Amino acid sequence: MTVQELPGATAYPAWRLRTDPAPLLPDPEPYRVLGTEAAAGLDRELLLRLYDALVHGRRFNTQATALTKQGRLAVYPSSTGQEASEVAAALVLEERDWLFPSYRDTLAAVARGLDPVEALTLLRGDWHTGYDPRERRIAPLSTPLATQLPHAVGLAHAARLAGDDVVALAMVGDGGTSEGDFHEALNFAAVWRAPVVFLVQNNGFAISVPLAKQTAAPSLAHKAVGYGMPGRLVDGNDAAAMHQVLSEAVRRARTGGGPTLIEAVTYRMDAHTNADDATRYRADAEVEAWRAHDPVRLLERELTGRGLLDEERRDAATEAAESMAADLRGRMNADPLLDPMDLFAQVYAAPTPQLREQSEQLRAELEAEAGR
Amino acid sequence: MAQALQRAMRDAMAEDPTVHVMGEDVGTLGGVFRVTDGLAKEFGEDRCTDTPLAEAGILGAAVGMAMYGLRPVVEMQFDAFAYPAFEQLVSHVSRMRNRTRGALPMPIVVRVPYGGGIGGVEHHSDSSEAYYMATPGLHVVTPATVPDAYGLLRAAIASDDPVIFLEPKRLYWSKAEWSPDAPATVEPIGRAVVRRAGSSATLLTYGPSVPVCLEAAEAARDEGWDLEVVDLRSLVPFDDATVCDSVRRTGRAVVVHESAGFGGPGGEIAARVTERCFHYLEAPVLRVAGFDLPYPPPMLERHHLPGVDRVLDAVARLQWEAQS
Repeated sequence: MTVQELPGATAYPAWRLRTDPAPLLPDPEPYRVLGTEAAAGLDRELLLRLYDALVHGRRFNTQATALTKQGRLAVYPSSTGQEASEVAAALVLEERDWLFPSYRDTLAAVARGLDPVEALTLLRGDWHTGYDPRERRIAPLSTPLATQLPHAVGLAHAARLAGDDVVALAMVGDGGTSEGDFHEALNFAAVWRAPVVFLVQNNGFAISVPLAKQTAAPSLAHKAVGYGMPGRLVDGNDAAAMHQVLSEAVRRARTGGGPTLIEAVTYRMDAHTNADDATRYRADAEVEAWRAHDPVRLLERELTGRGLLDEERRDAATEAAESMAADLRGRMNADPLLDPMDLFAQVYAAPTPQLREQSEQLRAELEAEAGR
Repeated sequence: MAQALQRAMRDAMAEDPTVHVMGEDVGTLGGVFRVTDGLAKEFGEDRCTDTPLAEAGILGAAVGMAMYGLRPVVEMQFDAFAYPAFEQLVSHVSRMRNRTRGALPMPIVVRVPYGGGIGGVEHHSDSSEAYYMATPGLHVVTPATVPDAYGLLRAAIASDDPVIFLEPKRLYWSKAEWSPDAPATVEPIGRAVVRRAGSSATLLTYGPSVPVCLEAAEAARDEGWDLEVVDLRSLVPFDDATVCDSVRRTGRAVVVHESAGFGGPGGEIAARVTERCFHYLEAPVLRVAGFDLPYPPPMLERHHLPGVDRVLDAVARLQWEAQS
């Protein structure tokens, strides 16, 4: 029964009624393609592209994690186990579209084509954003939770006002859905019919707090209903399902259909960051159960079963990933050159008199240091 | 003043199609203070937009709009209603240029009607400038006169940096030798002006306290005080040159503002003046501020707001030699 069909609905003033026929409620079970009959209809080239990206992404995650152990990264919030939704998010976007990643979504930025070293600048501690967001159409990695979501809405809204068919895809974790900015962004997007896709990666935990302590909703996708946008529940480890659902939401946004909320049900195989001890809040058995549902293995199984992946192809993907990792290691092992005077360069368009004074003070300190 | 602000937005919107006004009630109603009156009709609802009632969402959306090349002018309906937007302001608006090394400037103006004296009930009379001043990356500007309301808002909209534009509510209806058709000039941000020249002490003030200080200066003439009144106009950047030039000439200074004294702008200003003018000072720099309490109910606000008498008392205390 829709709102319009409720008894006495005609008594409501017209402005209270929503006439969009798109179904709002998500299916009770996450949408899956791999391992089902529907997989037979999937495009071979797309599957292989997803496979390469997954192998690449997994290697990127293990390499970045290793770099934290070597002290080359200050921190790395790994997305191992979540590669399917990370790469799908990047691959469904056109060049003109924008990606709004959270701090865990470095991989999505890399899968979109960003140089891994530029993507890791923030986590390395060498400035905050290592690339030009406008040039790459990738917003800075957002550390505060959900605050990048209203940015995505504003950008998408501005693009639509300009007549550009640009879509913004905004990523957030399960914990981020509890923040006020999540609510405000979804509400704005729905009211403005902004071309935005919200992708919630539900990886089970907000650091240590499980989903059951985060929300009482049947699913995070259900939250869409209250805003008047469709909510979709997807198996976040199924790269093909992620690609399909995200593509459909992007198409809907691009053609004026408004925003969609997608919940990718997935699992964070590693700890929150290298500073976290995940054994305190979850059982090994749970982690092992999810390991059997690994996104790379899932797709590999499908491809092998259908005779689409031979050893040669698999080796090629592994080799490409290894060479990316070697290049990343090599370049991350070089110490970055930082100019302390850059501290003052971009606080304002032109430094205030106060900052000019302070920059002179630092310059004198540096000169004294050099002369010592 | 409301009319001058409105004309500033109208002129800016007419000249630059990327200027967008947005906020709660700014469209059809023209804002609760009517500052945006007529803009939606003239420029369309896409350029003067009634948003959902959500300050973080409004400012957050403005960030995204600025990322796409627009110049949003955001209205926060009242000072204390702007607090939900603080995270966007502090975590994103103020530092986006810095964290992207100049790639994403934030040419956003946040208009905040602020201060008391209009009989507003709770949460309608805060002076929140100290919070904004303490956030690097923001400009903080507040006009006290009608021509400045126009000139400074034009400069704020033209600025490539985020500007917190504090509008003294109780001056919205103040009139001056200014008509909507008069030629209007843009005033650069960051310059204080001497509103009244004097020789025996300097009153350093801004926004709603400027008329109070001018009145106090007139009253002090009878006591033999020739007071100089400096209208700061911009709290960030701060015009040390104009302020120090005045204080060095007069040798005495009082900072006057409505917001709470402890941790307030006056402490920063007094410290700056002391650091730079110590050898010229005949007395400590004094502060006249609102009491250190949540803004009081309207029936008591006259006891809280620094008025002429409190300013004069401070001026009398500048007779440091006689006391010591």
